[in-house]
Amino acid sequence: MKMSRRDFLKATSAGIACFGLAQLGFDLEPLRAYGARLKISGAKEVVSVCPFCSVSCHVVAHVKDGRLVNVEGDPDYPINEGALCAKGAAILSLTNNPHRVTKPLYRAPFGDTWEEKDWEWVLDRIARRVKDLRDRDFLPTNGRGQRVNRLESLFSLGTSHMDNEECALVHQAMRMLGVVHMDHQARI
Amino acid sequence: MTNHWIDIKNADAILIMGSNAAEHHPISFKWVLEAKSRGAVVMHVDPKFSRTSARSTFHVPLRSGTDIAFLGGMIHHILENGNYFKDYVVHYTNASFIVSDSYGFRNGLFSGYDPRTSSYDRSSWSFAVDAQGRVRRDPSLRHPRCVFQLLREHYTRYSLEKVADITGVSRENLLRVYEAYAATGVPDRAGTILYALGWTQHTVGVQNIRAAAIIQLLLGNIGMAGGGINALRGEPNVQGSTDHTLLYHLVPGYMSMPLADWQTLEDYNRANTPASSDPQSANWWRNKPKYLVSLLKGWFGEHATRESDFGYSMLPKLERGEDYSYLYLFDRMYQGLIRGGFIFGLNPANSVPNSNKVRKALDNLDWLVTMDVHHTETTDNWHRPGVDPAAVKTEVFLLPSAHRLEKEGSVTNSGRWLLWHYAAVKPPGRARSFGEMIVDLGNRVRKLYRSEPGAYPDPILKASWPEGYDADEVARRINGVFTSDKVVNGRRYRKGNLVPGFGALSDDGSTSCLNWLYCGSYTQEEGNKAKRRDPRQTPMQAAIGLYPNWAWCWPLNRRILYNRASVDPQGRPFHPSKAVIAWEEGSWVGDVPDGGWPPLSSGKGKHPFIMTVHGFGQLFGPGRVDGPFPEHYEPVETPVNRHPFSGRLHNPCYKAVTGDLDRLAAPADSRYPIVLTTYNMTEHWCGGGETRNVPNLLEAEPQLYVEMSPELAEEKGIRNGDPVIVESARGRVEAIAMVTVRMRPLRIQGRIVHEIGMPFCFGWTTPGCGDATNRLTPSVGDPNTSIPEFKACLVDVRKADRLEELAR
Ligand code: SF4
Repeated sequence: MKMSRRDFLKATSAGIACFGLAQLGFDLEPLRAYGARLKISGAKEVVSVCPFCSVSCHVVAHVKDGRLVNVEGDPDYPINEGALCAKGAAILSLTNNPHRVTKPLYRAPFGDTWEEKDWEWVLDRIARRVKDLRDRDFLPTNGRGQRVNRLESLFSLGTSHMDNEECALVHQAMRMLGVVHMDHQARI
Repeated sequence: MTNHWIDIKNADAILIMGSNAAEHHPISFKWVLEAKSRGAVVMHVDPKFSRTSARSTFHVPLRSGTDIAFLGGMIHHILENGNYFKDYVVHYTNASFIVSDSYGFRNGLFSGYDPRTSSYDRSSWSFAVDAQGRVRRDPSLRHPRCVFQLLREHYTRYSLEKVADITGVSRENLLRVYEAYAATGVPDRAGTILYALGWTQHTVGVQNIRAAAIIQLLLGNIGMAGGGINALRGEPNVQGSTDHTLLYHLVPGYMSMPLADWQTLEDYNRANTPASSDPQSANWWRNKPKYLVSLLKGWFGEHATRESDFGYSMLPKLERGEDYSYLYLFDRMYQGLIRGGFIFGLNPANSVPNSNKVRKALDNLDWLVTMDVHHTETTDNWHRPGVDPAAVKTEVFLLPSAHRLEKEGSVTNSGRWLLWHYAAVKPPGRARSFGEMIVDLGNRVRKLYRSEPGAYPDPILKASWPEGYDADEVARRINGVFTSDKVVNGRRYRKGNLVPGFGALSDDGSTSCLNWLYCGSYTQEEGNKAKRRDPRQTPMQAAIGLYPNWAWCWPLNRRILYNRASVDPQGRPFHPSKAVIAWEEGSWVGDVPDGGWPPLSSGKGKHPFIMTVHGFGQLFGPGRVDGPFPEHYEPVETPVNRHPFSGRLHNPCYKAVTGDLDRLAAPADSRYPIVLTTYNMTEHWCGGGETRNVPNLLEAEPQLYVEMSPELAEEKGIRNGDPVIVESARGRVEAIAMVTVRMRPLRIQGRIVHEIGMPFCFGWTTPGCGDATNRLTPSVGDPNTSIPEFKACLVDVRKADRLEELAR
């Protein structure tokens, strides 16, 4: 039988592949009981990638009842081979984190608090801000009469935190508006 | 990276410079240690002794901003001692090219400099050509105007004495590194250079890397297993976000953003498509028109027709020479010229230099949309310490974002591997992915433009824009699809089918592709290759840790770039036991070669550096704005007022913004005698907005500190643990003194210069941890990239009588 590293770890942690031990006369019951108590037993495994540096270590996320219960290095991924650094090892507390922003927030001009808003309201209002600014400041031509289609007063910054698919769309959206002040972490 | 993470294990010598790999790319270091355990020498050249130094064979401290002096000395050493790999240099680099007579270099300036514009006219940095337009070459390398001789002449000035005097590195240490590294200049040894922001974040950043590239070409280390030029990229998908060019001056796939002078697609193609008269030069960028038209098809769909110039006319056009990057963007915001904008997952109030100015600039916005997982110094700038919110007019939106484990999609690692990640859980509360937010917002703006009049609605209404966000669908668009039925290599593709590779992209409108580099990543035949988890490899691939079936890598699954330079003109590997490719029985085996042509000696081959016009590695590099050879210049803020190589103190082309808050210390300014360098740490990520909100990480690294030598501490009457004030011409920062021998006083020009180091990840939204280190750093940058000089500026440090920021 050819086992991947992960298959092997899974098997041993669940106490199934300890055939050799039983033959040596070990009592496997306590081990089985421990296996059943593991917080990951019965959890769904999902492969993801550490969201920090570009070593891009792979992780296996364990999900139970829709909740993330454990995250560990993916032993099969040939680069990290199961290892993670301090940041990668903290993905669980990064994801399940009481400081997360979970609702759209709005701070009115000159206001002193954040207000919770719904998505419809914030997205409509942002779309309106974008259109008003573009209609006001759009620069069809430059001083030499060349066609330039620029919207210089609206900027876009970020982010290396986006997936490739998200980057492709953000780039497209900004150029359609005429945005030229566009930059992100690659330059800092 | 030209190579990839696992490949580091193949190196015989590893030079880590401008990087603290063990702390900032911790898992990469297992491959460094693997190489070391197989006998490699590992050298860390860095101002600070860190965990990278501790596990290296030896550590060499140098003064921040003197890397070109250090590397120039190495080039000199290699040339004088004949350590270069002669066959490689003759066949694969432009060492033999004859440079035109108009090129010259005198007292720190290359020919063509215009002091009024602080820039070069680069036309004199060219090659002499024969009647057929081919570059004249002298394979004997003896012609006095050949690149090799000019290179030798340029670096003769970089003697051990001079280099030691300006870098603060002893002669013994210089020789130790030079000799160990130059030993890889033979066919069967490879050396790799690992660098990170410690090289890029200087006003000579690009030339730091050019100097390393010259060394690698001289030693024949590019294209080899265990070789290459390897940028350790730091952020989660910074490779992918750079490939998709979230940068003002490029469109996806590293093609120039249109300029106002290029009004038509024809103008663009004429200015951007290089031509070579050498039939043996692949000159790959000659294909650029195909990639651009396919991109335009991707952006404008059916509206991109030949008659409409494929929509080219709808794109914004930049002014030639105008800079729209961070430094200039925030300067214009400070001047009130920018009114609104988006900040996606970025914390510029902490991570952009001269953050006092950045924070004030943000106050001038009418509206600001931020998307983040936590509150940061940027999202909450309107109520930062010392500011009355009632005086800040900005309307701020903070949109809750999904984190990596809460969405699916692809990222690209530093070794260019395209990796798919799956959604494990739903985002908390009402948080959404960036993709969902931007698609929804785009559709709302489109709806407004459809229903009411507005400025130039065409690009918005004619865009090919999805109804909803689906990562898989966008991944297909990135790879590219046929827009009509077509036969490629005898295979029939239908309209809507995926394009098999960028060789099939075309400029007639029959293909659409959002990024040519990724073409071939998602195919009709094999599906989404970012999802592949197959460890199979041939014994030849296994010998160098190459996993061709695991995920996918751009371009075309080629794991080691320029690999045709790892074989001789007959196609035989220079290093047989660590062969990358080999020509066997009429075909290439091993890695995917840089083009499938037969070996050079067949007469039908191509020169290996296929992305350059002539096909040769560029020892003489005419493409950079500040010189064809790297030259030492001091950082803009420097503790010296002269250096031994020329009378030109600074890079004559460096970028800077000027305003009332952009004060600079003078050279050797007595008010600011100490060099400051800044860095990341293992437990925190960049500006720290995310990791300071993770209790276990904050507990491990809770507070801003400054590392200083015992000698400096004694001079200043500071003890370990004392609160101190660090001050530059632009700002002051409170920190806790960490007195440590990790920082060494350096002897420069006969006197002691102190250097201190500070992390930059702390900010006021996390109580008691301190505030932005970048309030100290200056808004000056590299002339090629505009990357700011975070790594070297001038400060003073003194003991604090009382705590404010750290007590908050
Ligand atoms: S676990 Fe550490 S080394 Fe690996 S990707 Fe994450 S931050 Fe980088």
